[in-house]
Amino acid sequence: MRRIKKRVLLESQKLLSKVNFLNIGKLTIKEAADALQNKEISVIELTEKFFDRIDNIDDKINAYVSICRKQALADAAEAQALINEGGGGIMTGIPMAVKDNICTETIETTCASKMLGNFKPPYTATAIEKLRNDGAVLLGKANLDEFAMGSSTENSYIKNTRNPWDVNRVPGGSSGGSAAAVASGQALFALGSDTGGSIRQPAAFCGIVGLKPTYGTVSRYGLVAFASSLDQIGPLTKTVEDSAIVLNSISGKDPKDATSIDSGIADYTEGIKRGVKGMKIGIPRQYLSGEIAVGVRNKIEAAIDSYEKMGAVCEETSLDLADYAIAAYYIISSAEASSNLARYDGVKYGFRSSNYKNLLDLYKNTRSEGFGAEVKRRIMLGTYVLSSGYYDAYYKKALQIRTLIKNEFDGLFKKYNCILGPTTPTTAYKIGEKTDNPLEMYLGDVFTVSVNIAGIPAISIPCGNDESGLPVGMQLIGSAFSEKTLFQAAYAYEREHPFAIAPEVQA
Amino acid sequence: MNYEVVIGLEIHVELATKSKIFCGCTTKFGGEINTHCCPICTSMPGTLPVMNERVVEFAAKAGLAMNCEIANFSKMDRKNYFYPDLPKAYQISQFDLPICKGGYVDIEIEGKTKRIGITRIHMEEDAGKLLHDQWEKGSLVDYNRCGVPLIEIVSEPDMRSPEEARAYAEKVRLILQYTGVSDCKMQEGSLRADVNLSLRPIGQKKFGTRTEMKNLNSFRAILRAAESEIQRQSRVLDEGGVITQETRRWDDDEGKSYAMRNKEEAHDYRYFPEPDLVPIELTDETINKYRESLPELSHERVKRYIHKLGIPEYDASLITASVKTADFFDDTVNSGADPKTASNWIMGNLMRLMKEVNTEDIPFGGEMLHELIGLIEKGAISNNIAKTVFAEMFRTGKTPLEIVKEKGLEVVSDAGELGQIVDKIISANSKSVEDYLGGKQKAIGFLMGQVMKETKGKANPPMVNKLLRDKLELLK
Repeated sequence: MRRIKKRVLLESQKLLSKVNFLNIGKLTIKEAADALQNKEISVIELTEKFFDRIDNIDDKINAYVSICRKQALADAAEAQALINEGGGGIMTGIPMAVKDNICTETIETTCASKMLGNFKPPYTATAIEKLRNDGAVLLGKANLDEFAMGSSTENSYIKNTRNPWDVNRVPGGSSGGSAAAVASGQALFALGSDTGGSIRQPAAFCGIVGLKPTYGTVSRYGLVAFASSLDQIGPLTKTVEDSAIVLNSISGKDPKDATSIDSGIADYTEGIKRGVKGMKIGIPRQYLSGEIAVGVRNKIEAAIDSYEKMGAVCEETSLDLADYAIAAYYIISSAEASSNLARYDGVKYGFRSSNYKNLLDLYKNTRSEGFGAEVKRRIMLGTYVLSSGYYDAYYKKALQIRTLIKNEFDGLFKKYNCILGPTTPTTAYKIGEKTDNPLEMYLGDVFTVSVNIAGIPAISIPCGNDESGLPVGMQLIGSAFSEKTLFQAAYAYEREHPFAIAPEVQA
Repeated sequence: MNYEVVIGLEIHVELATKSKIFCGCTTKFGGEINTHCCPICTSMPGTLPVMNERVVEFAAKAGLAMNCEIANFSKMDRKNYFYPDLPKAYQISQFDLPICKGGYVDIEIEGKTKRIGITRIHMEEDAGKLLHDQWEKGSLVDYNRCGVPLIEIVSEPDMRSPEEARAYAEKVRLILQYTGVSDCKMQEGSLRADVNLSLRPIGQKKFGTRTEMKNLNSFRAILRAAESEIQRQSRVLDEGGVITQETRRWDDDEGKSYAMRNKEEAHDYRYFPEPDLVPIELTDETINKYRESLPELSHERVKRYIHKLGIPEYDASLITASVKTADFFDDTVNSGADPKTASNWIMGNLMRLMKEVNTEDIPFGGEMLHELIGLIEKGAISNNIAKTVFAEMFRTGKTPLEIVKEKGLEVVSDAGELGQIVDKIISANSKSVEDYLGGKQKAIGFLMGQVMKETKGKANPPMVNKLLRDKLELLK
């Protein structure tokens, strides 16, 4: 009896040392899953470790807007039971963060807006449902720009999230909380949403991997709509392989989303290590000229060299319509947003102004008081471009440009396996630096929006740091449903240039 | 001055699908407030609509029954406006690419056939309902009706009188009922019409300025609203005024209409394609499948009843005026009843009973009427008793046999029992007996009547007749 007790004690000490050994700042899903399956650590211990980390550093980063400790520990216990029975898969027991515009039953889903400050949805988004079925553990909800409108997370009604590489800088947006949580080791991965770059741009600013899947790959059911024809949920991870692992879990046709599609791809990690030998990569000259920071250009050019050394064929090409993408994007996305956000009228749920005498007042005051400046700007812009007399000049024209951009990409993908360029023209900027000039902020989306317009997939991966030590993001763009090619190309680069942990949070 | 009236109708009809257009909630009428709705009906953030394929099928079938061209490619659009009964603040409808275009229906007016063009038919969702409770501060919203599937049938401005408008609306209703895509229950608001009306001097080609009268929910209201609007517009024009293009609200109780909003105040609905739904693509094969599955329409049934079943044209047109009576007639005949006997029962007893309680529903199937007719033919009940039984069937839904047994209405055919009654009647009516014996054959009729009276009509008449004659013969 005493001997058994002693052995248990020894075993748990051994486990404890392993737990301490795990550097969760660098830990990947793959590594964590191995450790969990080999019983080197329990799901509860892993979950606790993440909550400790959140307790220690999130007041510096502000990645989370809410934490669900109780539910997470209950889920962790369930996941552990499954592992103990010899069951579970790669996602079992993996702690995650979810952008707070993706609905979670009984947990507030605020969209970082005063308008939904008290909103608890009676349902869970399909993407989260799938992850939870696979055993992932939800730690909490991550900050964002209000209703996912913005590129710096400064439009959050709740708080400013900070970049783990430099807390005086923005983490990017709108999935800034998700990106910062992963980059600072406060979640093994996160879900974000990408309407015009909202996953890829913060991934680039925070030095992690962000994927915008092909439109329709991931169900939008439960994602609070910003621009329905552009929105797509996707993973933010430390590695390319983790990105493929998460996509395996969240993708698939959903009867609740008519626009979701069965891609027919069973395993996105399959063939990921094949390398890029013979792969043809196009580099649009528009992506390396104009208003692009030197530090970014240098790193992208170095990455191109690196690809050539690995055996890929890189070739300069042209994306003539790139210049029109921003205008078309802001017209289409704002038009849809003006309609999607009309339901926040104070009648059914969320915020209602206490200052009204009649129906019109109720609408006006609720929406005036409940929405922030950027959201109002987009609603007004969108209402304007759909109005009779302006529809043809703006909205219709934008749809025509959308078709032309799609066609242009189709043409390029006849020649190239993928297209390479920077994710963003600059690295992370200072908090407050661009808040006075929305147009300048919009221009930061120049490389990302055309991907949403065309409905195609793109991945942003870290490719070194600029002269200030800030991460630079490289974007690989593929044709519809070519995620596996993108993973393959991104993985090859990542193998040569492994993930670097953000200095601010190494402690 | 004498004016020619020009009328076009927009008819909104609720489709008879079991579930709503974009979610699985029931379309059942009534129900406790806010019990037939889900997060999709109330447009909670993050929810998405998914098209009910039956709605597309029903809309296409309605179009086919009205001779429309069915689009291989159509799409849904958003119609944006704020109102508390519209939880998304947009209605999912169809704008530039409706599912059906360019059809017609033929109406009978003053004994002549007139063709009314159909511009288009499109699909859309219904909104909720505001409840204004005088005891509550403010209003409440019931979302039960949100997402109930509707089609809007837009006619050409082809009608030239309120009577034509009414005949057209009635014909549309009949076609939809026969097609089975809507039950068009007026009292539940499942058919509502907007009347577009203008006047022009007789002989003028150009249309006058029109007004639109909204949400008329009975044929009578369509007729009265159109008549009233003709008078109002003529008065304005006669006085040298001009008609304002506007939307008006008809108050059926007062028999008057009121201006709601004019052209300048009209909504800018900012229509744009619904990005949450994929376009609706129907192959020619699917459309043909719908066409082939269309049920027999009223004019086709009239023909069949006359030529195949040999019933008079009058009967045929009366029975087919409602799909319910026509279906009932078919059921009765298909169970084996003689067509003319069945049609007599339907036109007489059934229609009278339906009118008495003002219903379109028949609480039992045609095979029950066949059973009843069978009982008469077998001599188990008399014709008069059968009428009582039929009324009871209509009231309770019970079978004829059940009612006959329960109430003890079966004919008395027991020779012993009837013999005693006959003896009693013979001894109590010596005058009639003498008359008969004296050669007055007619006197037996009186004696028969007495026996029937004594048995409350349940005696088997041929048997009574025979018993009487036999017993009287013995007295000779």
